[in-house]
Amino acid sequence: MTLSPQLEAKFNKLLESYPPGRQRSAMIPMLLYGQDEIGSVTDDLIEEVAGRIGVTALQVNEVLSYYSMLHRKPMGKYHIQVCTNISCLLHDGDKLYEHACKKLGIGHKEATADGQFSLEEVECMGACSWAPAIQVNYDFHHFVTPEQLDRLLDGLKKNAV
Amino acid sequence: MADPVKLTIDGREIHAAPGTLVIDAAKQNGIEVPAFCYYEGLTLQAACRMCLVEIEKTPKLQTACTVPVAEGMVVRTETPQVATARKYMLEFLLTNHPLDCPVCDKGGECELQDMTFRYGVGESRFTEEKVHTPEKQFSPVVFFDAPRCILCYRCVRVCDEGLGVKALGVINRGVVSEIAPNHGDHLECDECGACIDICPVGALTSGAYRYQTRPWEMTHVGTICTHCADGCKTTLGTRNDRILRGNNRDRSGVNGEFLCIKGRYGFDFYDHPERLQAPLLRVNGKLEEVSWAQALNAVAQKFNQTLADGGTFGVIGSNHTSNEENFYLQKFAREVLRTNHIDHHRTGDVVTLLDALSGKEGKLATVADLYERKAFLVLGADLALEHPLLSYQIRANYRHHQAHIYVVTPGAVREDHYSTVSLRGRDYASLRDKLKAESELVVLFDDSYKGDDVRKLVEFGESLGIPVKYIALVDYSNSRGAVDMGVAPELLPGYKPSGQPGMHYGEMRDANLGALWVVGANPLKNGAQRKAGFLVVQDMFLTETAQQADVVLPAASAYEKNGTVTNATGEVQRLKRGINTMGAKPDLEIMGFIAREMGAAAALGPWTPDAVFEQIRKNVRGYQVPLPVLMTGGAAQTMPVNGRIPVESRPDLVHSDHNGLFASGTLGRYSKVLNSVMESRLRR
Repeated sequence: MTLSPQLEAKFNKLLESYPPGRQRSAMIPMLLYGQDEIGSVTDDLIEEVAGRIGVTALQVNEVLSYYSMLHRKPMGKYHIQVCTNISCLLHDGDKLYEHACKKLGIGHKEATADGQFSLEEVECMGACSWAPAIQVNYDFHHFVTPEQLDRLLDGLKKNAV
Repeated sequence: MADPVKLTIDGREIHAAPGTLVIDAAKQNGIEVPAFCYYEGLTLQAACRMCLVEIEKTPKLQTACTVPVAEGMVVRTETPQVATARKYMLEFLLTNHPLDCPVCDKGGECELQDMTFRYGVGESRFTEEKVHTPEKQFSPVVFFDAPRCILCYRCVRVCDEGLGVKALGVINRGVVSEIAPNHGDHLECDECGACIDICPVGALTSGAYRYQTRPWEMTHVGTICTHCADGCKTTLGTRNDRILRGNNRDRSGVNGEFLCIKGRYGFDFYDHPERLQAPLLRVNGKLEEVSWAQALNAVAQKFNQTLADGGTFGVIGSNHTSNEENFYLQKFAREVLRTNHIDHHRTGDVVTLLDALSGKEGKLATVADLYERKAFLVLGADLALEHPLLSYQIRANYRHHQAHIYVVTPGAVREDHYSTVSLRGRDYASLRDKLKAESELVVLFDDSYKGDDVRKLVEFGESLGIPVKYIALVDYSNSRGAVDMGVAPELLPGYKPSGQPGMHYGEMRDANLGALWVVGANPLKNGAQRKAGFLVVQDMFLTETAQQADVVLPAASAYEKNGTVTNATGEVQRLKRGINTMGAKPDLEIMGFIAREMGAAAALGPWTPDAVFEQIRKNVRGYQVPLPVLMTGGAAQTMPVNGRIPVESRPDLVHSDHNGLFASGTLGRYSKVLNSVMESRLRR
């Protein structure tokens, strides 16, 4: 597959970042960067990464199916990740998640029909001091209430239009 | 060697080489530490936690499979703490295990069953519903039952490291982790079944064997695979004259536990619906089933009449039949039929190699050498497809001893992945400097090197100034034995000149002979018309040649007879009868009966395999191998000649069929398994 020049550069840099013979270490960052650009980990991307680091597609699949942050199905433009681990749970993270479900009309690892939003119930994201926390793509939002979540989502919706 | 390390295991003082793992040190001294994931020869996994042992001054239990021995180490393998840990590990492994042992193929020879019997708690505290997933079929050969799997990774490692195929992996996480094939829902691989054999539980099962029998109801017979020339030992599990499975779990034979699809599943031709089970005689232009007495009588009469009329005979032997059959056949041809018109299909230029090595000792490599020597030069052959055992040995050597492999082949081969140098073409001479720097070398070459090419190759090898051994790669289970036994017009047994060379294979096919006798060969397979006045064929199937015969005598397969065969590396091994197929007789017996009917039996001697082998030992140099080695199922290397072979050996007639993993000449057509796997259509 042909990659964008930016992704191509990232991949090349990654391959140089590990000692010779350890290029397979670049697998996860490659998949993450690829996913960011393409929207999901496609069969083509798997083949591409496997070829570049000298492993089989099945070996990429082993890693990919282990890690929940790598998606085989396209997620939304805005991927909303709500933490329901212990600290967030104690601050009603679960209710926040349920609220998000109702608001967006989708469930865990699902995307809206227009492809704008997707939702995921995630484990601890290391933001316990600011619980409940959510993550939208790579941005953190702290002490989130259902009202704040509504405002955030409405704002993003407007952006989309 | 470095000084041994002293340690104590279970109160016994033990000496072990530095670097030995505790589990191996214990095993060498008769102390068993149970393990599922640990497997000798494969990389370490430490996944199953069954081998936990107590090591003094270490606070927690340690996995004996990953800890190397150390001076003064004190290990205890059977303390209450260890027993408790094993009990809990087993309870954990059994949480989702279906416990369908009464219908599981593995029941009775299952490592999980054995361990649970010895160390298990007997009852489970787990009351939740077990996670169940339906079984999957990865290929016609491999079935996978996920709930039985204990995730020891043995199958993944044997496929990756042992076979170099990397067709299996483990996907997902936690309780839903499962073994996955390389092409989504199916496998594309060597279909060798090593993953099934190595599975400690019944998670991977074989399409051929599943639900056929209970393991303890079978008789196990160790014999030699009848397909390629590598000479793997396959242990046939038989019951009521049926072969139910082939494997080699006792690691006996030159191959250890290695087998390819042909050795493990390719035995199934024996009960193909087209298998001949009665002699056929041409009556009014049509082949009709007759009694053995009638058929033998017809052959003997015609042979005697041809002799009386001064007609010429031609005899085409096989590269599948045993040494005894080959020896008896050439003796029959030369002493009774008084002809040197005898030949077989030659698949490698053994004659030139032996001639070129004249006067030198210890120049022929064995299968074991491929695992032990330090450097290899592979010429022409795609070893992984055509000589899977030899390829496996070299791969294991590379993994365990970092052997250097030099590849000079026409196309890409599996060895390229770990070779020191891979060249396309034939220019091995350019490797001279690199090879000279090696301490020793084994050269393997296929039929693309014959005649003068072989002489040049030997000259090249001998000029390197290092010890060099050679292997002339041949096809089929007993190509080597056929030429050793003198099934050739110019050669008597033991490579002695026959004096008056007779006709070759192709010449006999095209000549107007009085009678042509074909034993286990298919010279007319390319649609040629028979020319001989009388054609007798001994075969298992009605081949193109048999269809044109006057008399067809149904022959037993290699799995239905005793005798010996010689593999590509010149190692003699014993065939042991596993089953009988009604109506078919071993070729040796058929020849003996023909001799008896002709009144010529006395001249040829008894036609029992042991008696003929005694004659071989007296007549063929190099076959004076130690009998106890053979009788106990071992392999003894022969060096059939050590002197010039003063004949014109016709290297131009050498031609290999280059059968891949899923082909085996005419025989391969009758194996259901070989034809059912998709790879047999994708590549041969």
